[in-house]
Amino acid sequence: MKITEEMVDYISQLSRLQLPQEEKTAMTAQLEGIVAYMDVLNRLDTSGVEPVSHIFPLKNVTRSDEVVPSGDREELLANGPAVKDGAFLVPKTVE
Amino acid sequence: MTWETVIGLETHVELATRTKIFCSCTTEFGGAPNTHCCPVCMGMPGTLPVLNEKVVELAVTAGLALNCAIAPVSRFDRKNYFYPDLPKAYQISQLYLPIARDGAVDIGGGKTIRIHELHMEEDAGKLVHDPWLDQTLTDYNRCGVPLIEIVTEPDFRSAEEVIAYLEKLKETLQYLGVSDCKMQEGSLRCDVNLSVRPVGSAELGTRTEMKNLNSFKAISRAIAYEARRQIELLEEGKRVVQETRRWDENKDATYAMRSKENAQDYRYFPDPDLPGVELSGAYLEHLKASLPELAEHKRARYQADWGLPAYDTEMITSQKTLAEFFEALVALGTDPKQGANWIMGQVLGQLSAHGLEAKDMKLTPATLARLIALVKEGRLNRNTAVKVFEAVFVTDGDVDAYVKEHGLEQVSDAGLVETVVEQVLAANEKSVADLKAGKEKAFGFLVGQVMRQLKGQASPAVVNQVLRDKLG
Amino acid sequence: MELFELTALELGEKLRSGEVTREEAVEAARARIRAAQPANNAFVTVTEAPAPAAEGAASPLAGVPMAYKDNICTRGVRTTCASKILGDFTPCYDATVVERLAAAGAVSLGKLNMDEFAMGSTSETSCFGAVKNPWDLTRAAGGSSGGAAAAVAAGEVWYAIGSDTGGSIRQPAAYCSVTGMKPTYGTVSRYGLIAYASSLDQMGPIARSAADCAAVLDVMMGKDARDSTSLDVPAGGLLASLTGDLRGKKIGLPADCFGDGLDGEVRSAVLAAAEVLKARGATVEEFALPVMEYVVPAYYIIACAEASSNLSRFDGVKYGWRAEGYEDLGELYTRTRTQGFGTEVKRRILLGTFVLSSGYYDAYYKKALQTKAVIKAAFDRAFEQYDLLLTPVAPTTAPKLGESLTDPLKMYLSDIYTVSVNLAGLPALSMPCGFDSKGLPIGAQLIGPALGDAAVLNAAYGFQLDTDYHRQSPKGGDEV
Repeated sequence: MKITEEMVDYISQLSRLQLPQEEKTAMTAQLEGIVAYMDVLNRLDTSGVEPVSHIFPLKNVTRSDEVVPSGDREELLANGPAVKDGAFLVPKTVE
Repeated sequence: MTWETVIGLETHVELATRTKIFCSCTTEFGGAPNTHCCPVCMGMPGTLPVLNEKVVELAVTAGLALNCAIAPVSRFDRKNYFYPDLPKAYQISQLYLPIARDGAVDIGGGKTIRIHELHMEEDAGKLVHDPWLDQTLTDYNRCGVPLIEIVTEPDFRSAEEVIAYLEKLKETLQYLGVSDCKMQEGSLRCDVNLSVRPVGSAELGTRTEMKNLNSFKAISRAIAYEARRQIELLEEGKRVVQETRRWDENKDATYAMRSKENAQDYRYFPDPDLPGVELSGAYLEHLKASLPELAEHKRARYQADWGLPAYDTEMITSQKTLAEFFEALVALGTDPKQGANWIMGQVLGQLSAHGLEAKDMKLTPATLARLIALVKEGRLNRNTAVKVFEAVFVTDGDVDAYVKEHGLEQVSDAGLVETVVEQVLAANEKSVADLKAGKEKAFGFLVGQVMRQLKGQASPAVVNQVLRDKLG
Repeated sequence: MELFELTALELGEKLRSGEVTREEAVEAARARIRAAQPANNAFVTVTEAPAPAAEGAASPLAGVPMAYKDNICTRGVRTTCASKILGDFTPCYDATVVERLAAAGAVSLGKLNMDEFAMGSTSETSCFGAVKNPWDLTRAAGGSSGGAAAAVAAGEVWYAIGSDTGGSIRQPAAYCSVTGMKPTYGTVSRYGLIAYASSLDQMGPIARSAADCAAVLDVMMGKDARDSTSLDVPAGGLLASLTGDLRGKKIGLPADCFGDGLDGEVRSAVLAAAEVLKARGATVEEFALPVMEYVVPAYYIIACAEASSNLSRFDGVKYGWRAEGYEDLGELYTRTRTQGFGTEVKRRILLGTFVLSSGYYDAYYKKALQTKAVIKAAFDRAFEQYDLLLTPVAPTTAPKLGESLTDPLKMYLSDIYTVSVNLAGLPALSMPCGFDSKGLPIGAQLIGPALGDAAVLNAAYGFQLDTDYHRQSPKGGDEV
């Protein structure tokens, strides 16, 4: 699997990361090496093997529909880098 | 060339649970920003989701009512994207194994809309623009409110069909208690996928997705606008671009959202924090058995069993609470047609006069049944009964006490009526003469005079009878 | 013997008998922290000791000073994951394990250094600087729970709580000559552990002895309604179950864990440990476990995929650090994340994004989940034959600082003996089993079947009855 700088740009955009050119070049080469190594898995025949997400077969773990009082707003917002009127503030999103 | 519009719908419905899908915060509408929140729904580091059992129950109920196949095993997946209304930067949804699939909804006129799938997911928060700062504030009160998304096949050919489907969906979900479906509060929202193609073509054209459609009116207009736009493009030899478009209510037009927002690679994968949902046959049978009777069945039953006209059944089943009220009234011995008339006339009238919803009404069926019985027994005349109704409506007051307190009971004492009739006849000889000369109008005048003397509390039937007798 | 050389249980006993007061224990620990911190950088935050827990805390560890890895949320105490992006994030909630330990009388002295977001094998990727190995300050303490292992090795606390996603408790424990246990997935609530890879993360103790680990796990384990992946199995009783009796136990040595790439001195020490277990009545036998070839790629695909999603919430909006100089929302995100995350974290986010992205999901992510199924089946088969497995923890002893960061792939490969355990959800423990010719500690790993935590601890307990590697302190004590 060849990893190109365009692919690194694409996944960087999806991850909201922006690598300076020098870092991008290095990262591309490293990812290529790592992905090439991962291709070792192609040697393993997994046809017909069900992918396992949860290692133990838990199911139907639920809670009852009962209200618990919500948190204290000041506390919940206390770590916000920009807070106003009981809300987090971000650059405008509405066009 | 004649064109055909092809439409598929994705409808998001907020479920009528008390708490959010993955935490125990209230789902109550409104509230000051970020006051219905906790570390879990605010996506704080280290917190984990726990599924609300009621969400599964309501989703399955909806799936069953929409004739879907319920998945014996379903799972949650993460849909990853960055936006400030999504504090975890992923939405917990279902892609690979949704809870229900392959349903169908009959929208009348011989048309059936196929349901592709129905899945559970969490709602996002609300972004509020602060015009003073020209920045955006984040309110996570809606964040984590449970939703089902119902995805249809591209089976619609007109806005009318879309509206018919949505009305049916709304009615069904309200009857099931799955959702209140209030569009103005966003508990029923619609994305419309639309393409056009030459009539007769079997291939689908390139579609666009329209978001932000929050009323039936907006949906109809957006469909009309977008179909026209696409047809014009194609007729000019241009092509339709697959994109997401936003409906602008004020400008009455759709416009493309920035291409950046269109770049969608959600990297769905199974959520490792949430074990799967496995539904037993017994659980499904139990839910099936407890499905409430839907409006269309009620309408058919009212017509068949009680001979109500179609118009009445439509009115009464337009809201589940009204239908339930009506059935309770009949169960208390009220004549169905009488009951229907009172509901359509007085109950709906008073609700609207007080700006109330049927579900908020305090009046009990027993109170109305008593009132109707008094009229039937001849102890209250209808006009008086209407006044009593208006007096007791808001607080569900005591009918008998009110009638007694205000001395409203109807005079059915034929002796008293006779005396009054004799006085009236003596005082209105001209009218009596007119009547004998064939002027029937005079009879009404005489009845009115008698009623006036009796302060309106006499039974009109008794008055009529006594008058006729005396006039020979 | 100095106080700091005691095991946590021994100190607990002295506290109960009144021979040592709680204040004396705390002061002894704080003195050690003052002395050691400048050299080993094990702590990120040192806090005042909390008020004594409610009377009647029944745990044998009540009053014993300890500390948490800095990816475990502590109410009112900043929790940084050793990342710039979390800034001074101070949770308004405690992790479930923190609540449980506090109720059992644990005395927390602060938060421990680690690899940024637990991503690393040397605790060098911390934004607070590398942790140094108390046995040789020019070497890595291991990672990612390097601060936890170093703090216990240096006698700064009697035990610490770490997290283990692919060996992050066991490998630093081995490098620092302490005992560390990753329990069966789901037996300890993850609520309040800042997630790296949710399906693999598990918290556990690092302490001087297996008995200490058992005592800590007796408090930590148990079903938690706030973690949907937590198992509803009986908890507690581990400490009481320890006998050290290994008669009739069959221990398997996977040949694939003793082949190429394993340092000769490490191999000898681990094989010598097998002899000790044999002397306690166990039978030891080699067997083939060929899936070992696939564990590292499967692990990194799954871990990075989950990490790319788990770390998306760090965007400068709700908590933590926010970059400056942004013009719009997109720039706020990109600048904050680009400047807030370190290189290794970014590498794993990119890798994880890649394996989940459109067109590659099936070839990488789905394939890795299938491989995980194959690996689990291979371990299931192994445990039909053996009660426990014995392997090295790491291919070498602690590397020189700076050596590992130059070649990420090489660093990933060094996790080969530990990551399979996380993929299969199994319990595993790392125990000191010797020193190499440079005087650096060597660890041996005991792996049990799912929910076989007691058997793992019991074997290690037996081993420690007959050996004293776990009682040795770096350079004779004070001069950490």
